[in-house]
Amino acid sequence: MSRRCNVGKVQRGRRRAEPERFAWTAFAAKWFIPFAIGFVVIYPLIVLAVKGRSGAVSWVDNFGIQILIYVMLGWGLNIVVGLAGLLDLGYVAFYAVGAYSYALLAKTFGLSFWILLPLAGCLASFWGLLLGFPVLRLRGDYLAIVTLAFGEIIRMVLINWVALTNGYAGISTIPRPTFFGIPFTADDDGFAARFGLEFFPIYRTVFLYYLILALALLTAFVTVRLRRLPVGRAWEALREDEIACRSLGINTTNTKLTAFAIGAMFAGFAGSFFAARQAFISPESFTFLESATILAIVVLGGMGSQIGVAIAAIVMIGGTEILRQIDFLKAIFGPDFDPTQYRMLLFGLGMVLMMRWRPRGLITRRTPSVFLKERKSVAADLVKQGHG
Amino acid sequence: MAARGDKLLSVEHLTMRFGGLVAVDDLSFAADQSEITALIGPNGAGKTTVFNCITGFYKPHVGRIGLCQGAPALWNELDALTESGRRSIKTSDGALFALERMPDFLVAEHARVARTFQNIRLFPGMTVLENLLVAQHNRLMLASGYTLLGIFGIPSYRAAERAAIEKAQHWLDRIGLSDRADDPAGDLPYGDQRRLEIARAMCTDPVLLCLDEPAAGLNPRESADLNALLLSIRDQDAASILLIEHDMSVVMEISDRVVVLDYGVKIADGTPKEIRDDTKVIAAYLGVADQDVAKVEAEVGL
Repeated sequence: MSRRCNVGKVQRGRRRAEPERFAWTAFAAKWFIPFAIGFVVIYPLIVLAVKGRSGAVSWVDNFGIQILIYVMLGWGLNIVVGLAGLLDLGYVAFYAVGAYSYALLAKTFGLSFWILLPLAGCLASFWGLLLGFPVLRLRGDYLAIVTLAFGEIIRMVLINWVALTNGYAGISTIPRPTFFGIPFTADDDGFAARFGLEFFPIYRTVFLYYLILALALLTAFVTVRLRRLPVGRAWEALREDEIACRSLGINTTNTKLTAFAIGAMFAGFAGSFFAARQAFISPESFTFLESATILAIVVLGGMGSQIGVAIAAIVMIGGTEILRQIDFLKAIFGPDFDPTQYRMLLFGLGMVLMMRWRPRGLITRRTPSVFLKERKSVAADLVKQGHG
Repeated sequence: MAARGDKLLSVEHLTMRFGGLVAVDDLSFAADQSEITALIGPNGAGKTTVFNCITGFYKPHVGRIGLCQGAPALWNELDALTESGRRSIKTSDGALFALERMPDFLVAEHARVARTFQNIRLFPGMTVLENLLVAQHNRLMLASGYTLLGIFGIPSYRAAERAAIEKAQHWLDRIGLSDRADDPAGDLPYGDQRRLEIARAMCTDPVLLCLDEPAAGLNPRESADLNALLLSIRDQDAASILLIEHDMSVVMEISDRVVVLDYGVKIADGTPKEIRDDTKVIAAYLGVADQDVAKVEAEVGL
């Protein structure tokens, strides 16, 4: 009897310590996401107010759009790697498929961005299925190598099929997206003239910013929904134990293919946006380094965690941009000093430190998709990382 | 419909080889509706291999495995099914399956054979409740319109999910884990994990539940609880159980029939009482020839 009382006391003591910490984290958890979304929504307006209409372009473009593209790619890859546990080193291939689909179809057939966006997503997910079929039986290192090879095959085809893709020279003068039919040009029927504004390139940049923001939020919304649907639970179950999945009647083939296809679809969306924003694409933009960067974002963020991936994208991509902007170091190291040259060195150092202190990424705890009484997050050491 | 004692599963001339090793050799036995059939034998006798063949994880080299849902008259169709090369025959009276032709996940989905594993295979990073919902995947998948309708949050999916959670709750009550529904499965003590794996298998609505050493690592009290759970599954849920077990307190107390394997060959088949007194079985377990049993028994004081 006395032993039981002691146990009770210990538990009570532990509980007493918890509420304060709990209230704080609960407050942060409740308000962090609305605050973050609110901030990214008003970000261009803040920049406009601070920097003026000519100075804001580089800030919205380099920090806003560039980071959001990688947030979206990270969230897309998160479905494959983080949820389904399938290590994909060739994710940039689907980004390339999306970009080239938009570029070629827009230039050849003059189709609008809004038609080609879903079409590029469909084509990319078709290629996702094509990759999925041969790798179904592979796991771990073997899966990683085949997906890496797939990414390189796509790039090689883009380089060598000159008649279609124009090879290394790439595709230029890709039609830009319009504001529901109104182009962002200095002409009389351009966006600025129609709305009685003075022409500034910033209007297009801000429009593109909100476009990629909407696409990224769509990705996040769909992923959150998918996680609570049977398919999302099957992905996570597949990551935890594939044999147990099969014993419960889950068709693991279809489950893996849907993960590849849906992940690829979001890369396709991002790719067509990328082509429309740049107006120029070449195989240079779709190297293995891109795949590695996106994967690093997912791993650093914490596999499966949406917020972690977004933070990691901001740190990795925003960090590169900040290095570009740092001028004061030139005063110390001389005018030839280029901080971006040290980018990889710094990332390498950062990764080593991460692996030492937070080997499972920034946000490691898994949030259950459903709960009966209380949503308790799952500690990282219980969650499997998949076989790949 | 099928009544208690009708033949549910029929294993005929099952042979499975791994290279030169014959793990299961020309094994035939049957399991009946709403009964507990135990498969016992010394280590390495091929019991788990038989399970893997029945549940579709292995493709046997020789033999057929039939499973009948519904009227026993369907068994007359077994030869026709074998001839036709198809996986199953469905009539208004029920369905007959050729399990050896079906891939593992279809054995679980269509033939409704659920299983547990010798080394527990839960989803440790998912909560207890999530584990039980994953088991109801196929029904929920249909309700979510294969994800397409579910994305838009249609009400019929929400109703199906509520029903699935209720079913999970029912099983949590049965195994006494209601308080831990929101804890990760990997955090549960060993005995609870064993029971959760059984509950997860039962959430797939099986007609046949295959349990691979469910009492391994349980203390006597937990074994007794397990016996009660298995008997309630047999009697309340009308599911038949096929059981691999070394713990004789479980086997002898709850089994309706015991099949004994040794080196992949069936050496005995009968009621627990018959098996207890079978000299061949005792010899196999003691690892001696039949004629030496009395001598060895005297030595070890049996």
